[in-house]
Amino acid sequence: MNHDPSRRAFIKAGAALGAGLTLGFHLTAARAAKLAIPTPAGEAFAPNAFIRIAPDGTVTVLVKHLEMGQGVQTGLPALVAEELEVPWQDIRVEAAPADASLYNNLLWGPMQGTGGSTAMANSYEQLRRAGATAREMLKAAAAQAWQVDQAGLKADAGAILNPATGQRLSYGQLADAAALMAVPKQVELKSAKDFKVIGKGFKRTDTRAKSDGSAQFGLDLHLDGMLTAVVARPQRFGDTLDKFDAGKALAMPGVKAVFAIPAGVAVVAADTWSAIKGREALKADWAAGPAAGLSSAAIFASYRDLAKQPGAVARNDGDAAKALAGSAQRIAAEFEVPYLAHAPMEPLNCVVQVQADGCDIWTGDQFQTMDQNNAAKVLGIAPDKVRIHTLFAGGSFGRRANAQSDYIVEAVAIAKHMGVPVKTVWTREDDIHGGYYRPCYLHALEAGLDADGRPMAWQHRIVGQSITAGTPFEAGMVKNGVDNTSVEGAANLPYAIPNLRVDLQSPKLPVPVLWWRSVGSTHTAFATEVFIDELAHAAGADPVAFRRGLLKDHPRHLAVLDLAVDKANWGKPLPPGWGRGVAVHESFNSYVAEVAEVSVQPNGEFKVERVVCAVDCGLAVTPDVVKAQMEGGIGFGLSAALHSAVTLEDGRAEQSNFDDYRILRMKEMPRIEVHIVASDAPPTGVGEPGVPPIAPAVANALFAVTGKRLRKLPLGSRVS
Amino acid sequence: MISFTVNGKPHSVDVPGDTPLLWVLRDHLRLTGTKFGCGESFCGACTVHIDGKPAKSCSVEVGKVAGKSVTTIEGIAGPVIEALRAAWSELDVPQCGYCHSGQLMRAADLLAHNPRPDDEQIDAAMNGNLCRCATYQRIRDGIHAAARRLGA
Ligand code: FES
Ligand code: FES
Repeated sequence: MNHDPSRRAFIKAGAALGAGLTLGFHLTAARAAKLAIPTPAGEAFAPNAFIRIAPDGTVTVLVKHLEMGQGVQTGLPALVAEELEVPWQDIRVEAAPADASLYNNLLWGPMQGTGGSTAMANSYEQLRRAGATAREMLKAAAAQAWQVDQAGLKADAGAILNPATGQRLSYGQLADAAALMAVPKQVELKSAKDFKVIGKGFKRTDTRAKSDGSAQFGLDLHLDGMLTAVVARPQRFGDTLDKFDAGKALAMPGVKAVFAIPAGVAVVAADTWSAIKGREALKADWAAGPAAGLSSAAIFASYRDLAKQPGAVARNDGDAAKALAGSAQRIAAEFEVPYLAHAPMEPLNCVVQVQADGCDIWTGDQFQTMDQNNAAKVLGIAPDKVRIHTLFAGGSFGRRANAQSDYIVEAVAIAKHMGVPVKTVWTREDDIHGGYYRPCYLHALEAGLDADGRPMAWQHRIVGQSITAGTPFEAGMVKNGVDNTSVEGAANLPYAIPNLRVDLQSPKLPVPVLWWRSVGSTHTAFATEVFIDELAHAAGADPVAFRRGLLKDHPRHLAVLDLAVDKANWGKPLPPGWGRGVAVHESFNSYVAEVAEVSVQPNGEFKVERVVCAVDCGLAVTPDVVKAQMEGGIGFGLSAALHSAVTLEDGRAEQSNFDDYRILRMKEMPRIEVHIVASDAPPTGVGEPGVPPIAPAVANALFAVTGKRLRKLPLGSRVS
Repeated sequence: MISFTVNGKPHSVDVPGDTPLLWVLRDHLRLTGTKFGCGESFCGACTVHIDGKPAKSCSVEVGKVAGKSVTTIEGIAGPVIEALRAAWSELDVPQCGYCHSGQLMRAADLLAHNPRPDDEQIDAAMNGNLCRCATYQRIRDGIHAAARRLGA
């Protein structure tokens, strides 16, 4: 299944931002000057926007994507190291500046940003070419120095070698001369059999800094003269500021200023704690908005009504209604998933300094081009006057990829008012109450089996808010009333069922929603993979055999399914009270199957003991990072499967911190085994695809033990 | 003025005594290796050692550490943390890394008292330290690997 709709949508959204479509490969003198490279004193050779080589031989790779844990500052430099023939330990990494003309996401058009598990997929060719180009220019410089033909020279471990004479010149020695060579138009990339780095075992570039406290996250930045702000926001979505009394807040020690901004009331202080205490003292009154009275219970009640009405059609093969009517056995089920907060470990924050010549922003930035535009609007300046310095993000999971740039524009408004550098800090309560949730959804499914237990009809109705409605992504992502992000994973159901209809109701609610690690598949995989298990059971078939029979035209689904069940010893006996469940799902062009083993106590308490995962992500550039992303994706998915939910009462989130918005803890982490399908297909994403299969695999395993179908998330830790 | 020692150096700060130690370390002493995750003692990102014992610095008033000795991720030294860091590198344990100052401070205390913990003991000791990226399996394996290094 190809995710072209998303891709086109991003290109459109990017185009709407008004930047030109350039690949940012060759660095013109003007651009080099803008990036302050190369400088004769420092870096000698900057063959393109991604690579700098210093006279001491240090190779620095500029990474255009946000490092938020998924390993881009390892995987992307590896592509350069491979083609440039540089020993891995000699590679340095830097975050690229915000400049869509050089650092756009090639799958999104003229827009720089990280998401949709696209970092490796869009960089694979680009960075290999960048490395190969630099390599050929270094060869040309060596050929000139030795007065020999370039064709006979070899790049080897950070140097150019003349095999005929044994002469060697290091990249550092060649850097100055290489800068004067012509940029080759065509370069040859290495063939896979010669890879020394790609697909091999090599270490992350950021582990040491993340083990000694030196890694710099946005929250850690301090500038001279900087103040710290927290914002009092309405506790209920859509409420507006009526009036506020700054007196008590201003009287608190350290508080410097209290003023209204569009997001609420800013409390600015000398340090974080003073700002927090100042906000506690603030008196603010809010005028009730459209969310007054809104509760999760009422939302789901209205969704159940909506599910009775046909929605916008996302897929319609054959005639599902007719086939259902004529089927030997009909099975129906409803699935519910709640709002979810991203809750990255590092609460949101942003440092901004507004100066006469523009604005500087330091943060873990996932959507640089959008954020430049939105920040520029606040200041009334050109977007290229907004300089974004991307720092490590302590997780994001989509929260920092926000078309409204909410956490950035409020910081810009405050810094503009103050005239000095300001850091905004969100407390955990601000984060959990802050909205931009994964929407809650209701899924209503009905299927019909023929007399032999073969599924002939499948009808799937999805009810839930559109993530892209009202954003620049809407134009490209919503087609005929169907937001692709609401139906992905359901509309492209891989199972061979002749009569298949998927439709969508997209009610509007005053609760801001956003993509959350693996987006539509966070809920579509749960509904479809539990439901297919129900059909297997109704057909009296083994869940694996049943799926296999319907996946004949989907070899990559089949291969991960087969690998996972084989490694998990599917069908072999387990201790009493234990059971297995399986799920297979494609997202972001990667295929993942997971087998969960659970143990259930007589009182219903259960534990996920072991998960066996098989992944096909094309060529695995960084196999250990792929494994880590599957492990982490499974753990992240388990948080939502077992515990996490934001529920609303009178338009307010009822949860506020990790005591009631629970995420997985160490004791609950199962033993996870990851198996990677060997592949030479182009690399696809790994940040998200590990997440979707775990909730249905666990629910299916619990059914195998208890005979109870669990169709509502979170599952909790006990089957009652 | 509240005086105490951080990473072996004496410090005096002029802040209200109920200011959490976390914010004194981060904002006043600029030791930002200690992280803010929840502020309410739920996540362990802010774990430091006070007189050698692990503590969640978001929930310790700085007034209460007067005269005491605080160790943070920047200052902790010795064979245990070295073994843990080596194991962290060997297994590439962190992802976003934000929780790992706290994880390492907690793990160092575990190994200081129990040189060969089993899985259950590790889970019990580490259960108060959240990792949103769910690097738990590698944390567990990393602690075992560090224990082996120390035993070797
Ligand atoms: S910040 Fe202290 S326990 Fe979470
Ligand atoms: S590594 Fe990201 S929170 Fe632990």
